[in-house]
Amino acid sequence: MPIRTTETAPAAGVRAVPRGGSPAARARRTERAKNWARRAPLLPALVFLIIVTQLPFVATVVISFTRWNALAPENRGFAALDNYRAVFTDPAMRASVGTTVLLTVTVVLVSLLLGLVLALLLDRGFRGRGIVRTLLITPFLVVPVASALLWKHALYNASYGLLNGSLTWIWRLFGSDDPPQPDWMTDSPLAAVEVSLIWQWTPFMMLILLAGLQSRATDAIEAARMDGASAFDIFRYLTLPHLRRYLELAALLGTVYVVQNFDAVFTITSGGLGTANLPYTIYQTFYQAHDYGRASAQGVVVVLCSLLVATFALRTVSSLLREEVTR
Amino acid sequence: MHVLLVPRKVRAVRARPPGPGRGGRPLGLTALAVALALSTTGCYRGAGDAGNESHHSINVLMVNNPQMVDLQRLTAEHFTKETGIKVNFTVLPEDDLRDKMSQDFSSQAGQYDVASVSNYETPIYARNGWLTELGTRAAKDRGFDQGDILPPVRSSLTAADGKIYAQPFYGESSFLMYRKDLLKEAGLTVPARPTWHQVASLAAKLDGFRKGMKGICLRGQPGWGQLAAPLSTVVNTFGGTWFTKDWQPKVDSPEFTRATRFYVDLVRKHGEAGAPQAGYTECLNDMQQGKVAMWYDATAGAGSLESAESKVAGKVGYAPAPVERTRDAGWLYTWAWGVQKASKHQDAAWKFIRWASGKDYERLVGHELGWSKVPGGKRASLYRDPAYVKASGAFAGPTERAIRSARPGDPGVQPRPAPGIQFVGIPEFADLGTKVSHEISSAIAGKQSVSEALRNSRRPAQEVSDAYTDH
Repeated sequence: MPIRTTETAPAAGVRAVPRGGSPAARARRTERAKNWARRAPLLPALVFLIIVTQLPFVATVVISFTRWNALAPENRGFAALDNYRAVFTDPAMRASVGTTVLLTVTVVLVSLLLGLVLALLLDRGFRGRGIVRTLLITPFLVVPVASALLWKHALYNASYGLLNGSLTWIWRLFGSDDPPQPDWMTDSPLAAVEVSLIWQWTPFMMLILLAGLQSRATDAIEAARMDGASAFDIFRYLTLPHLRRYLELAALLGTVYVVQNFDAVFTITSGGLGTANLPYTIYQTFYQAHDYGRASAQGVVVVLCSLLVATFALRTVSSLLREEVTR
Repeated sequence: MHVLLVPRKVRAVRARPPGPGRGGRPLGLTALAVALALSTTGCYRGAGDAGNESHHSINVLMVNNPQMVDLQRLTAEHFTKETGIKVNFTVLPEDDLRDKMSQDFSSQAGQYDVASVSNYETPIYARNGWLTELGTRAAKDRGFDQGDILPPVRSSLTAADGKIYAQPFYGESSFLMYRKDLLKEAGLTVPARPTWHQVASLAAKLDGFRKGMKGICLRGQPGWGQLAAPLSTVVNTFGGTWFTKDWQPKVDSPEFTRATRFYVDLVRKHGEAGAPQAGYTECLNDMQQGKVAMWYDATAGAGSLESAESKVAGKVGYAPAPVERTRDAGWLYTWAWGVQKASKHQDAAWKFIRWASGKDYERLVGHELGWSKVPGGKRASLYRDPAYVKASGAFAGPTERAIRSARPGDPGVQPRPAPGIQFVGIPEFADLGTKVSHEISSAIAGKQSVSEALRNSRRPAQEVSDAYTDH
């Protein structure tokens, strides 16, 4: 069944209420009482939610206006906008914004592409599909810091890593005794971090897209095949439009997680050689400089920027979700 | 972890501010808020039964080094059995430990009774009034034998007021480790007191002596506790310093530049592969795998090189830290136990410390886990113990000599504003050392020149200087 992109249905529940008059007012009152009767049981949950999600952020905002360095306990006070001034004039902070954008975009796009390819392959029936799927999901189940350590020591390391070991082995097969031994993390530090993250996030993308593929209407594909459409045509005109919302959702969720990535940068390069992203920079301010005020200001700035981006992204996705409802 | 529910009916999707990452690590601010909340409500106090000192528990916060993990294993069946005091350990990586410690100690929340403090924090914490003075107790406690602690270690845990605020668990200095079998084969010798230039020429000769072998391993991984530590010892002996006596920054002085250039050139020419990410662990691996012929690093590394699992056990020789203009250059570092001033269990805390830092514990580890695992480097008596000397003959003497020769108060050729050999004993150094080491690591990677790296380091050093010259 093809997707109809209709306008959203007019919102229900907008009722014309006659103005004035006591019966109408009474009706409004009972209506209101009924509404409250419905809401009241949910209030505790709402209050709890606000306490656990919003109060820490408010505390962060408050701290960001204070002069608070843990190592100078006697020198604490109101700092006005000093912390924010420091954040915007800090070259390390500026550099890490670019690093974060580059890292996130690269990781999300590449793992989305790889995830799409893998999902398409897994969508066919073949023997041992369950095992293959499990194996492909595994990287996503590895603890992030363990995966970063694995990449740093077991794979990338120039003297005892698997990559250079494999090169040595291949060169030896051809009788050469002088294999190239590139120093992966030094020559391309950001790429080294990106590859380890792509390895970790591809399964996530694959899972979402696979779910999307399995929800395709098979009759439309059958019909297209009867009409003589090629495999590519089917992919281009049926599968891809159907997958669009899943692709966007996967990209959005992936971005939210990868922007916050810390483990890989911290472990593989220690933030060196221009790989320090925003979380790492904030970590450094917080843990090395012990400057809680400035770290909070950095956090607030990052959250505000993320909010801007997230609002636009969510608008796209929520329009899609509404579309889903009206189908 | 990532459960995905697409609701059937979504009226409006509101953006929720993306809070701190998983577990709030990058921002750590939720954790902070929670910690504040906990500290005000006084949770985690345990059973506040201060009257009965024998049947309660103490909370110990410590770093996740192997010696501490061994201690954790031995505590229940030895210490708790003897004293009836239960010990709750919180074990964290170094950075997290420092952060949690400074939060808990600065608010004097008393969540932790004992914490592993190093000689970097001890004088700073003591000045802030966060630690219990331990010298008096130790002097009264004949069984503890304060006089047995090696003098430099003891003085590095002594604050500006001349009192002792922490008791060492183990101590270390730095020295040169080299493959004596290869040097013999090559017909080379390491002088009894090598200079850096002699070491550099040895590294050049040993480079490529075996297939895929480099001359020397020196840390290149950024971090004040990684690259900045060995580099600072080189700077000291080349006549440089981070700051003058009156806090003038000297990171771009000719001496500092010469030392840094020497270090960077040596690593780039004859150092290990992957140097910009190589820290203590990577160098230890390289040395054990025969990928490098020499290694200048912590004396603690020798224990691992000589352990039963090591391929190079028995093939390693030890020489004092290389020098240029000073008599000695080895650093001094110790993990010690400090007691929080606000702790309600001072007596139980001291009982734990006298056990963990005592002579008997060293022997206990020796018999139970093997002599290579003994937390050494703090007591003179250990180096007179025949069983220990026999088990670690190669490095016991050099280690003790290295620690004894360290002078944290006067490590260079000029007077210093704060104690410390491989660091400057001020709270700001963790950040400064890390920032500067990032620049130098980048120079090792060949992404910028040494002079550029030090020019970029000028600003953070100047900021620290300003903070100390204002008042």
